[in-house]
Amino acid sequence: MFRLEARTSTPAWFNLALPLIAIAATLILCSGLIAIAGAGVIEAYGVMLSASLGDSYAITETLVRAAPMIFTGLAVAIAFRAKFWNIGAEGQLLAGAVASCFVGAIPMPGTLAMLLMALAGAAAGALVALVPATLRVKFKVDDVVSSLLLNSVIYYALMALIEGPWKDTFSGYPISPPIEDSANFPVLIEGTRLHLGVVVALIAAPLCWFLIARTTLGFRIRVTGENPEAARYGGINVQRVLLSTALLSGALAGLAGVGEVGGVHFQVMSDISPGYGYSGIVVAMLARLNPLGVVPAAIFLAAVMTGAEAMSRATGVPAFLSDVIQGTALLAMLVALLFTAYRIRRVGAQT
Amino acid sequence: MSAVFEQIFQVGFLAAIIRIATPLAFATLGEMFSERAGVLNLGIEGIMLLCAMAGFTAASLSGSLWLGVLVAVLVGALMGALHALFTVALGLSQHVCGIGVTLFSSGLAYFLYRLIFGQQSVPPSIDGFKPVPIPLLSDIPILGPAVFNQFTLVYLAIIAVPLAAFVLYRTPWGLSVRMVGENPRAADSAGVSVIATRFQAVILGGALMGLAGAFLTMAQFNAFTFGVVSGRGWVAIALVVFGRWDPWRSAGAALLFAFVDALQLRMQASGLGHIPYETFLMLPFIFTIVAMAFMSRNAVAPSALLKPFRREER
Repeated sequence: MFRLEARTSTPAWFNLALPLIAIAATLILCSGLIAIAGAGVIEAYGVMLSASLGDSYAITETLVRAAPMIFTGLAVAIAFRAKFWNIGAEGQLLAGAVASCFVGAIPMPGTLAMLLMALAGAAAGALVALVPATLRVKFKVDDVVSSLLLNSVIYYALMALIEGPWKDTFSGYPISPPIEDSANFPVLIEGTRLHLGVVVALIAAPLCWFLIARTTLGFRIRVTGENPEAARYGGINVQRVLLSTALLSGALAGLAGVGEVGGVHFQVMSDISPGYGYSGIVVAMLARLNPLGVVPAAIFLAAVMTGAEAMSRATGVPAFLSDVIQGTALLAMLVALLFTAYRIRRVGAQT
Repeated sequence: MSAVFEQIFQVGFLAAIIRIATPLAFATLGEMFSERAGVLNLGIEGIMLLCAMAGFTAASLSGSLWLGVLVAVLVGALMGALHALFTVALGLSQHVCGIGVTLFSSGLAYFLYRLIFGQQSVPPSIDGFKPVPIPLLSDIPILGPAVFNQFTLVYLAIIAVPLAAFVLYRTPWGLSVRMVGENPRAADSAGVSVIATRFQAVILGGALMGLAGAFLTMAQFNAFTFGVVSGRGWVAIALVVFGRWDPWRSAGAALLFAFVDALQLRMQASGLGHIPYETFLMLPFIFTIVAMAFMSRNAVAPSALLKPFRREER
């Protein structure tokens, strides 16, 4: 007979071991689907690995894909730290993309355009995130439900925009006009798509870590999340902390959209995000809500996505395997986290 | 203007409301049972999608629509059990597990659908359920053709609402569900198994979500597309809050949402063609958010919602 026993402390190597265990368990579980699809498991995973991390070009492609998930992962990690359940990173990303596309289409010097695109995108994302936070603070509306519903609102608003005023009258395609060439983010390595926004994402992670771990606002966010009663007792204005967290979280998710417009697509279309906002939740949980962990977690998911497409071409296994892997990884990580709070103890049969 | 109104308020419009409300009613009742037992199930969106896919696939391969419904219900129950395993047995975060179940179920639905049907230019469709007029009742003017000339699943939803209220308020099991959702400690002392009751409620909830998914692909659209659920699961969660965790009020909330949704569908069709139709698709969601802002202040959720139960921890 086994039972769970509360743990008082967790060893430091757990932080690294748990996500790795969760990922290993996920890949083993999902190998069943590869087998069902009639492909060799080793071969399929081999193709995934070599296509995503096998050579320097593949690595740059994976990094380009990781950038938006670093931003949404940070957005979710910071929000969840304060127990602000922001499930709306998807909508905030789309809002950021639309706002930066508006700005990027205005002719102006390149550097100024990029700066203003980032500002507009961050502001748009922050404004969208402010809605569920305000509804929760003022009207006690559950933030999960409102942020989820808002994703649909923003998505349809984007669709209305590209089917309406932004529609390409010449081709009839539902896509926005492209941004100015001068506003395209510079490519850092010739012959790849590695753009400036990827570096900004990689820098944002340690900045967010510093903010959470070393600043007063970070302290307030953590206390509000861990114990709102104690926070209130300690003189922290919990409502204000929640609103600040929402602004910060939404701005980060908005920047994910800015990077996609400025560095990858140079315009807005309906499938600009294949669910990067939801992937951000998986990233944040794999990172155990630590901003520094968000980078490797996002790179892992990006590698799975890039690799799954190549695997699909090579073996015929549907590329949607990457979606299953994301969901399984999130659930596996949650189970793995159980070991930080409890340990399994063998106990006598009579108890 | 009056012409628009005339076009809007007719038999077809009432029938549309009933049809739109049906999957929402199933889903809302399912979520309500789960939440009354103290378990938020954010897996609903993915569970509905997976069940819509599973039911469609079973019906398409076997040629039997009712077998499809059965498969959808069983898959829903199974996914409910999975969510209960994580949130009830292991006591993990209901928020994050629910998102995990949604991501997993949707991913699995996409994967299996592509595996079974391949990539076709025109999505395969089935010969879905046909309306079954009820003798005499369907002859009532206006109400008859709108309400009593519907799919069998619609009648099932109409019966499900009083049945759910009866089960929740008038049976010993319903009492257990309400107890474990309000005060699990007291329920445990009274000899009610908190874990078992919560498992049962979440599984029943999943089965009802399965019916919702089955309705979408076998009665409403007769085909499976990746956007077939498109937020209906999230709406159901809002409707539970709006319906104050009560079967009758939740069903009323589903009807109200369906009214707004049917209205925007009519607006899309009635001479406002220069406005992109997605503008109208936003309306029901905005309506739901605004409605929640008005309702949530007074809404009293089950006390033990979101709280895992472990017997040995006092």
